[in-house]
Amino acid sequence: MIITKYRTLIFWITGVILAVAIGAVVYLGLPLGIDFTGGSLMQVRYPEGRPALGVVQEQVATVPLGAVSVRESGADAIVMRTHAMTPEEHAAVLAALSQDAEPVELAYTSVGPAFGGQFATKSLWALLAVALAIGLYVAFAFRKVSRPIPSWVYGVIVLAMLVHDLIVPAGFYAIFAHFTGAEVDALFVTALLALLGYSVNDTIVVFDRIREHLAHNEKNSIKEPFELTIGKSIAETLTRSLNTSLTTALALVALVFFGAEATRSFALVMLVGVVAGTYSSILVAAPLLVPFAKWYVKK
Amino acid sequence: MTRYRVLSVVALVVGLLLAYFVWSTQANPGSSYAFKFGLDLAGGTELVYRADMSQTPEGERGEALEALHGVIDRRVNLFGVAEPLVQTQRAGGLSGTSEDRLIVALPGVTDIKAAVAALGKTPTLEFKLATTTSTGTTTQVAYVSTGLTGRYLDSAVLQFGSGATAGLSAPLVLLNFNNEGAELFAALTRDNVGQTLAIFLDGQPISEPVIQEAITGGQASINGRFTAAEARDLVNNLNFGALPVPISLESSSAVGPTLGAVAVDAGVWSGIIGFGIIALFMILWYRLPGLVAAVALAQYLAFMLAAIKVIPITLTASGIAGLIITLGMAVDANVLIFERTKEELRDGKNPREAVHIGFARAWSAIRDGHLTMLISGGILFWLGSSLVQGFALVFVLGTLASFISAVSVSRVYLLALVPETGQGRWRFLLGSGMKNI
Repeated sequence: MIITKYRTLIFWITGVILAVAIGAVVYLGLPLGIDFTGGSLMQVRYPEGRPALGVVQEQVATVPLGAVSVRESGADAIVMRTHAMTPEEHAAVLAALSQDAEPVELAYTSVGPAFGGQFATKSLWALLAVALAIGLYVAFAFRKVSRPIPSWVYGVIVLAMLVHDLIVPAGFYAIFAHFTGAEVDALFVTALLALLGYSVNDTIVVFDRIREHLAHNEKNSIKEPFELTIGKSIAETLTRSLNTSLTTALALVALVFFGAEATRSFALVMLVGVVAGTYSSILVAAPLLVPFAKWYVKK
Repeated sequence: MTRYRVLSVVALVVGLLLAYFVWSTQANPGSSYAFKFGLDLAGGTELVYRADMSQTPEGERGEALEALHGVIDRRVNLFGVAEPLVQTQRAGGLSGTSEDRLIVALPGVTDIKAAVAALGKTPTLEFKLATTTSTGTTTQVAYVSTGLTGRYLDSAVLQFGSGATAGLSAPLVLLNFNNEGAELFAALTRDNVGQTLAIFLDGQPISEPVIQEAITGGQASINGRFTAAEARDLVNNLNFGALPVPISLESSSAVGPTLGAVAVDAGVWSGIIGFGIIALFMILWYRLPGLVAAVALAQYLAFMLAAIKVIPITLTASGIAGLIITLGMAVDANVLIFERTKEELRDGKNPREAVHIGFARAWSAIRDGHLTMLISGGILFWLGSSLVQGFALVFVLGTLASFISAVSVSRVYLLALVPETGQGRWRFLLGSGMKNI
């Protein structure tokens, strides 16, 4: 089986991808949106044509707000970010914008700093809890498989794959945000959490097949090199791993191209995550069992 | 086989009925089963308040939050919004927040300032004992909370008492405590005769009478420095609902109606296109079983839409995205089963036997996969925030529905169609990809 044979090369490629993703997160950073930091986000449309951003900035400057960022959005709208405005400040900004145009406020969100900080902490706990719960569940589901590798190794590998499946979309988003000005919001965390539950499925399918082969071999006292068992399992489950991911990817592609603006970057992150999850399940998770098996057999 | 044919007709009829239900309740604008759209789709304002419980004893916080809920509910209803929603969120490990919160959803309202003003008229009433400490020539007055607050108020009445000196009628606000409050008040006045009991409104002392004697009737009066109009407002606000605990606006959001309408259209289109390409892929790759999967997927969609209407689940942009994503995930179980069935066919099993074994053997992977998704969905729900929960609800429901649909509906259809011996065109129909069986 080509995948188990060239596993060292694959591990290196995976390492490089992870290094790029981590590098992107560290050097470009994940710009946290108001869901985490607190602040106000205002989306205003000018049906009669958008004035120059400089004009808008001058108008807003009449309200003492501190740092204000104004960006263009779509054909005729602007997006403004400020600290968490009070309802009075918000009304004053709207009045300032309406001096010589008739803007329509499309959406306005304001999050208090304390609220945002709490959400950030909660998100980290949630990611940790899901990853651990899934790792434990896999270790439990594979508890009857103990030769040549103890079942907790399956759980640990699943955990490692989950970390991989989080780092890759996070790295992608850091690059994406760098070029588009997108920010990390609550939906980004939602995407990562949903991905954790989903991308482990392909890994489970491969592991499930390995479990079946191992049980079969043991029952019929067949001696087969572990590497061969794994290679066989990957080959047999390859089509279904690809096809299950493909159907979900198709749904996500529909969402990215035709879905609502509000969920576009969410769908994009999920799409990258689904691809990364499939990659790690087929090319990394099962081949990783080989060195473990060798180590345990030697012992 | 007859048994599966009957069952599959039943399944088809149920699917069609669900689809008819969804269609008819949507075509009829007055239906109570119309989709309920969240504020991000229908337009409206969401206000999240933090309830300041620092002065409320631990054991009474739940009750105080309930009381707060009731008061805000009354105010929201007076504000005149169709279908407003007031929710509370307790602090604690389970909800994952360290603060008690009040969440107010006002569909159709986009003027945050007006909404906040209407809800935020927040007279908090407190009774505090004044203790004077003298250091040298300066005297300092410290106010000590007594535990008696507007929470124990039953009603307030406006009276015009005769001013002792001028003979003019001065406005007087008469407070009637509830039983609990009356007891507290009686004990307080009994123990502190001769001291000053200051009455604080919204954190400001408005009246500082000296306690003459124990007052047991459960009544107190404030003759503060207000005009008749101010006194009337105060009485209204107190009756209307003095807030049991102070609240502060923590976050707010408003969405105009245009953005939401665009998002709904986009959601519908991406759903139709997503369903179309998934069904097309399944039919092209898996042929007859693929067609069965496409029919089962349509039924899954009809079931989900009906469930969203009946439960009802409030649809948000993220919920619609969740529904479309679960379309892609729902066929996954079918893929696993069909691939497994194909392996059995290659092993020389007859088609019906292969379908039976295919379902049985794919089971453990399907179970494990769905369980991990439920773990994710459950934590997502805990994470809170209406946008995240909108997704989480649909995601969890979709996972459960796809689980049931994959192991029952598609199985029944396949067993109703697939013959014992697979020769001729069955070799093509049961094949997949580029190959026949």
